[in-house]
Amino acid sequence: MEEKKPIILTKNLTKVYDTGAVPVKAVNSVSLEVFKGEFTALVGPSGSGKTTLLNLIGGLDHPTSGQVLVNQVDISKMKKSALIDFRLQNIGFVFQAYNLIPVLTAKENIEFVMLLQKRSKGEREQRVRELLNEVDLLDKMNDRPAQLSGGQQQRVAVARALASKPAFILADEPTANLDSKTAGNLLDLMARLNHEENITFIFSTHDQRVIDRAHRIITLVDGAVAEDQLVAQPVDHS
Amino acid sequence: MLLKLAWRNLWRNKRRSLITMGSIVFAVLLSILMDSVKKGLLDKMKDNVVGFYTGYVQVHGQGYWEDKTLENSFEPASLVTEAISGNSQVTSAVPRLESFVLAASDNLSKGSMLVGIEPADETAVTGLNDKLVSGEYLNQGDQAVLLTEGLADYLRLGINDTLVIIGQGYHGVSAAGKFPIKGLIKFGSPDLNKGLIYLPLSTTQQLFGAENRLTSLVLQIRDNPKSRQVAQQLQANLSDEYEVMNWQAMLPELDQVIQGEEAENVIFQIVLYMLIAFGIFGTILMMTIERQYEFGVLLAIGMKRHILSGIVILENIFLALMGACMGILLSIPIVYYLYKVPIRLQGQLAEAYENFGIEPIFYFSVDAVVFYSQGVVVLLLALALAFYPMLKIWKLDPVKAMHA
Repeated sequence: MEEKKPIILTKNLTKVYDTGAVPVKAVNSVSLEVFKGEFTALVGPSGSGKTTLLNLIGGLDHPTSGQVLVNQVDISKMKKSALIDFRLQNIGFVFQAYNLIPVLTAKENIEFVMLLQKRSKGEREQRVRELLNEVDLLDKMNDRPAQLSGGQQQRVAVARALASKPAFILADEPTANLDSKTAGNLLDLMARLNHEENITFIFSTHDQRVIDRAHRIITLVDGAVAEDQLVAQPVDHS
Repeated sequence: MLLKLAWRNLWRNKRRSLITMGSIVFAVLLSILMDSVKKGLLDKMKDNVVGFYTGYVQVHGQGYWEDKTLENSFEPASLVTEAISGNSQVTSAVPRLESFVLAASDNLSKGSMLVGIEPADETAVTGLNDKLVSGEYLNQGDQAVLLTEGLADYLRLGINDTLVIIGQGYHGVSAAGKFPIKGLIKFGSPDLNKGLIYLPLSTTQQLFGAENRLTSLVLQIRDNPKSRQVAQQLQANLSDEYEVMNWQAMLPELDQVIQGEEAENVIFQIVLYMLIAFGIFGTILMMTIERQYEFGVLLAIGMKRHILSGIVILENIFLALMGACMGILLSIPIVYYLYKVPIRLQGQLAEAYENFGIEPIFYFSVDAVVFYSQGVVVLLLALALAFYPMLKIWKLDPVKAMHA
C-alpha cells in the first residue's frame, strides 16, 4: 500500500526575531505534517506564533532554522523570486482584512491571479464564473470591493485564493473582521469546499466558531506546539 | 488588465493626481513658451545675419575673411564652379564683390559696406527683394544702388537722391562714383541695417577696377545644419588658393551667443523641471508609502516584483504624459498666436535692444521640437522618478509590509 504523503511537512521549524537586546523565538522547533483535505486550526494566545508559522508555511518568510516542505519541495531555502512563483502556483491566501485590490471588480480580483499564472482568457473567464457561482456572488461580479460588504469581500478573497488551484489555502484570522452571521456563512462556504472538493485549509484563529469547525486543532504556546488534536466530530453550527 | 490596473490606480486619489498633473501642465506650458521664444529669437537672430546676409557657406580667396580687402579677391576658375556644382548639398551659388567704402550725401558721410550682387541670384538665396521697404529692386546692369534704411536715415537720403561712394579699388586704384538710390531695404539686424549698400555686380566690378573678380561665392545648401560638413567637403575639393567657411567659422561671436543662449535655456529648464520633479516625487512618495500594505499583499499572492514595478512605472508614465500632453495642447494656440503676432518692444527697452544689435521683437518658434521635446523630458523625468518605488518594491518584505 502506497504511503500517504503530507502536502505540508515542517521539520524543527524555528524563527527567531532579533529585534533588540533579547532575541524572540516566534516559532520554536515546530515539526508537523498536514495532509490533503485537512481543515486545520492553528490556535493559541496572541504572540504565540500562529501568524509567523503561517507565514513560514506560506513561504512569506524564511525560517532561522529547520525546513518547510510543500509537496516534497523544500521552500525554506528558496530565493525570494522563486518563492513568489511558488506561492502563485501552490498556495492560496485569505487575509483578515480581505486585501482585495480596491480598483478592480470582484471578477477582476479573481481573474488577476490567473492572469499572473498566464492562463488563457477562455480558461480565466470560465473559472471566474465557476468560483463566483461557488461563493454565490455572480450578481456582484462587476462591483468593486468598496461596493461589497465585509462578508462578500471575504468570499471574493476565498474565490481569489481558490483561483490558482492551490495545494492548500492559508487563512489568517479570516473571520476576525466579520459579524457572527457573516462569519458563519463564510465558514459554511469553506467547510463545503473542504468537504466537497477536498480543499485543504489551515487557519490561524482566535474565533471559537472556526475552532469548532476544525478537524484538527494545533495549539501553539510560545512558538511551540503545545497540543495537536484531531477532532472526531466537529461542531455543526448549521 | 495591468494597464487597466495602472490607470485605475492613478485615479484612486483624484485630487492629488489632478494637482500633480496641473503642476506638470504648468511646467510644460511655461517651458514651451520659454523654449519657443528663445528658439524664435535665436533663429531670427541667425536668419537676420546668416540667412539674409552671409549665407550658410561661403567660398573666398585664401585669407579674405581675415583681411577683407580686394587684394584677396579671386577670379572664379572652372575648378571652383565644378566643385560647387558637383556637391549635392549645394543648390545655388551667388557671387559677390564686397569692400568698405565711404558713403556720403551733401553734408554727411559714413563708412559702409558696398556689396556688388547679381540682383536676381541674390534675391533667390537671401530673399533680398523681400527687404525692400520703398522704391524698386535692382536689375542687372543698373547704375543705381539699394540702401539700407538706417544708413539712408543717417545720411538723410531718400529714393532718387544721389549717393556718393568713395573707396579704394583693386590694386589701390581710386574708386569713386555717384549713384541714384533706387530702393531702400530694411534688415532685422540693427547692425546690418546701419551700413549696407547694394550695387549690381558688373557696376561694382567697374567701380573697383576688378573685372571678373569676386570676394565671395555665397552658397545655398539643402540642409543648413550640415553647413560644416559641406564646407569641409568643398575645401577638400578645392586648392589652397580658396577658403571655404561655414557661418560658424565666419561669425564665431554669433555662434557663441547662440550656444550661450541655448545653454542658458537648458539651465532654466533644468531648474524648472527640478521643481516639478519634487512635486511629482511627492505624489510618488505618498503613493508608495500608502500602498506598502497593498504591495505586500500583491507579492504574497504571487505577483512578481517586476510586474508590480511595471504597474507603478505605468502609473507614473500616465501621470506625466497626460500632464505633458495637456500642457502641449494648451501651448499650441498660445505659441501659434505669438508666432503670428510677435511681441514688439517699445520705447527705451526697444532702444536698449537695438543698441546691443538685437532686433527689439520677441519672435516665437513653432518648430515641432519645441513641443515634443517637453514630452520627452517629462517622460524621462517620470521614468527616473519611478526608480524610487521600484527600489522600494524590490526591497519590500511582504510580511513586514503587511504588518506595517
